[in-house]
Amino acid sequence: MATETLTGAQALIRSLELLGVDTVFGLPGGAILPTYDPLMDSKKLRHILVRHEQGAGHAAEGYAAASGKLGVCIATSGPGATNLVTAIADAHMDSVPMLAITGQVNSFAIGTDAFQEADIVGITMPITKHSFLVTNAADIPGVMAAAYEIATTGRPGPVLVDVAKDAQNAKFEFSWPPKIDLPGYKPITDPHGKQVQAAAELILKSHKPILYVGGGVIRAGASKELLKLAELLHAPVTTTLMARGAFPDSHPQHLGMPGMHGTVPAVTALQKSDLLITLGARFDDRVTGDVKSFAKGAKVIHVDVDPAEIGKIRHADVPIVGDAKVVISMLIAELESQMKTTKPDYEDWWVFLNGLKERYPLGYNDTDDGKLAPQYVIERIGELSGPEAIFAAGVGQHQMWSAQFIKYERPNSWLNSGGAGTMGYSVPAAMGAKVAQPERLVWAIDGDGCFQMTNQELATCTINNIPIKVAIINNSSLGMVRQWQTLFYNSRYSNTDLNTGTDTIMVPDFVKLAESYGCLAIRVEKIEEVDAAIKLAMETNDRPVVIDFIVGRDAMVWPMVPAGVSNDAVQYARDAAPIWDGEE
Amino acid sequence: MTQHVLSLLVEDKPGILTRVAALFARRGFNIQSLAVGTTEVEGVSRMTVVISLDGQPLEQVTKQLNKLINVLKIVELEADSSVARDHMLVKVRTDSSTRSQVLEAVTLFRARVIDVVSDAVVIEVTGDSAKCQAFIKVLEPFGIKELVQSGAIAISRGSKSMSEKVLR
Repeated sequence: MATETLTGAQALIRSLELLGVDTVFGLPGGAILPTYDPLMDSKKLRHILVRHEQGAGHAAEGYAAASGKLGVCIATSGPGATNLVTAIADAHMDSVPMLAITGQVNSFAIGTDAFQEADIVGITMPITKHSFLVTNAADIPGVMAAAYEIATTGRPGPVLVDVAKDAQNAKFEFSWPPKIDLPGYKPITDPHGKQVQAAAELILKSHKPILYVGGGVIRAGASKELLKLAELLHAPVTTTLMARGAFPDSHPQHLGMPGMHGTVPAVTALQKSDLLITLGARFDDRVTGDVKSFAKGAKVIHVDVDPAEIGKIRHADVPIVGDAKVVISMLIAELESQMKTTKPDYEDWWVFLNGLKERYPLGYNDTDDGKLAPQYVIERIGELSGPEAIFAAGVGQHQMWSAQFIKYERPNSWLNSGGAGTMGYSVPAAMGAKVAQPERLVWAIDGDGCFQMTNQELATCTINNIPIKVAIINNSSLGMVRQWQTLFYNSRYSNTDLNTGTDTIMVPDFVKLAESYGCLAIRVEKIEEVDAAIKLAMETNDRPVVIDFIVGRDAMVWPMVPAGVSNDAVQYARDAAPIWDGEE
Repeated sequence: MTQHVLSLLVEDKPGILTRVAALFARRGFNIQSLAVGTTEVEGVSRMTVVISLDGQPLEQVTKQLNKLINVLKIVELEADSSVARDHMLVKVRTDSSTRSQVLEAVTLFRARVIDVVSDAVVIEVTGDSAKCQAFIKVLEPFGIKELVQSGAIAISRGSKSMSEKVLR
C-alpha cells in the first residue's frame, strides 16, 4: 500500500477528511496547536471557531441530530477538554453520534500535573461509548477509523480521542484505510426471525396495542417503516420527547407525547394498553412515572439495538435486539403474512382512544398578568415556520411547550436535550443544525435562563454567517423550577427570579445583548406583534435574529404527572384529573 | 444477596481495569473480589469477578459489561461446573510453645510455611474461600500479625476453553 510521511497532526486531519467529515467545531489551545496548523490548509474541512468549548460540543450534537451524520468537536487539553464534558454527557444520554478530539500534554508529561493537564479519558469514561488515549502518531489513523465506527454504528454515542502533543508532532508513514481492530465490538442489527414472528403473533392477539416509539427510531432512520407498520395495523402511536417527528403529528393515529407532560390520550393509552410495541424507547422515568404502576396490564415487545436496554427497567415478553429499521421491516413482512389468516381488530380500543382525544386535547389558557401566553408564541413559530424547519429547544417549560405545541411531521426536525436535560443546549445546537442543513430554517427556542448559559455562540453565528433564529421565551425566571415551587413548595420562589423581564431591572437586556453580537434583535410584548416578528425573523438571513418574547411567568406546563407518581394520576390541568368512565 | 462468579476475557489495554471497576461502581453492583492477569493468548487478559447482587438480575451486569468495547467475552462460572481458588499469605505470631500447634494446622490445611523467624511464621495457603476462612479461624488464637488475600480465580471443569472462539 502506498504510504506518505505525515505528522500525527496531519494524519488526524487527513483521517477526518477520508472519513467524510466536512465540519468541525472547536477552539484551539496549547496541546492541540499542532493539529490546528494542518487544519488551516484543509480544503475539505470547515472549522468553526466557537467561543466556549461547550458550544462546540452542542454544535456537534446539533449537526449530528439534524443530519444523522457524525458531529465532530475539537478542544485543547485541561479546561478545554473539561468544558466539553457537559456536551459529551448530553450526547451519551441521547445516543448522539459524536467525536470529541482533545489535545493532551506531551506523553512524557502525562501524570506529572503538567500545565493544562487533565485526565480527560478518565473523566469521561462513564459518559462516552468509548475513549482512546493516543501517545503514538502511527496509531492515529486506526484510532480515528475505530472511533468513527463506534460512534456511528449500533447504538450511536460519543467517542473521545485524546491525542498527546508529541504524538501530533511525530512523523510516521501514513496509509489508508487502516485496519480497524475492534474484536470486542459487534453491534447486532439483524434480529432473530423467531422473535419477530413471536412479536407478530402477540400483536395480532392483542386488543389494545400501542406503538411506544422512542428516539431509536429517529437514530435508525426508520420513520418510513414505522408509518407503514402503524398503518398496516391501524394501531395508535405515541412518540416520546426524543422521538417527536418520528411519526407525523398530523396523522390521526398519533396520540402525541407520553410521560410527565404527555397528552392525556397518550399517557392513558399506555396505562390501559394490553401490549406495548416498544421501538427504540427505554422506559425512561419521565415516561413511566412510578414504574410499578406503569402499564400494568400490558405485555411488552421491546425492540432495541442495545441489548442492555431490554429488561433494564421493564420485563420484555418478546425481546428483540436489532436495528429499528431492520426489525420494523421484518415485522411488517411477518405481519402481512400472518394477517392473511388473522386480522387485527382494535375497533373498541379506538372508540375509547377517540373519546380521550376529543375530551382532552392539548390546550392552554391566557395568562393572568396580561402578558403573552408562551404556548401561543411557540405555536405560532411552529405554524409560520412549517414542518421543513428545525427546532432546537433548551431545557424547561419552553422545551415542553415546544414538544407539545409545534407540529412535527418529519424526523430530525426536533432537537433537544432529553436525557441529560442540559440548559444551554439550544443556541449552539441550532448553530450546528444550521451548518449541517443550511437551506433549512433553524429556530433555537430558548428560555431566559438557558439562553444566558451559551448565548456567546451568537458571535460565532454572526461571524461565520450562520443565520439562526432565536426565540427567547422570556418569563424572567427559571420557569420549570418555579412551576415546581408553585406546585410542591407552597409558591416559595427560592432563587428562580432572573430579572430579565420588562418590569424588572432587565439584566441583561436581551435586545441590547443580541445587537452587540451583530444580530437583528426584536422585543415582542403584544399578541399583535407576534406574527410580524416571526415573519421578519424568517425573512432576515444576513445575520442571526433574536426575538425577546416577554411572556407571563405563571404559565404552567400541563398535563402533568408529578415525579414518581403513577401515570394514573395524570392531571389535565391544575387540580383537574381526567374523568374516567365507570370501570375504565 | 446472591453471589456469582464471572470470568471476563478483556483486551489488555490501558485503563481496562478502571473501565470494568467503574462500571460496577456506577451501576451499583457490589464487587466481592476481582483478580486480573494475563492468559494463554497474547494481548488478552482475564478477570475473575465475584459479585453479590441484591435483587438486580445478573443479566443486567453482563449486558452492561458487554457494552465495554475492550471486553471480549463474559461467562458465568457455576459452582458445580467450575473450580475457584483464593490464594492467601498470612503472618502468624509464634513462640516455642505455639509453633508446633501452628505447624500442625499448616499440615492439616495442606498449607505451606514460606518464612520462619523466632517470633513468627509466614504461611501460604490456597483453596476455595471457605477453606481460607476456616484456616484464618484456626490461626486467630495465635495472633495474626498480617494477612493478604488474592481475589478468587476460577476456571471451568472439562476440556473446553473460554478463549477458544476469541482467538484472533
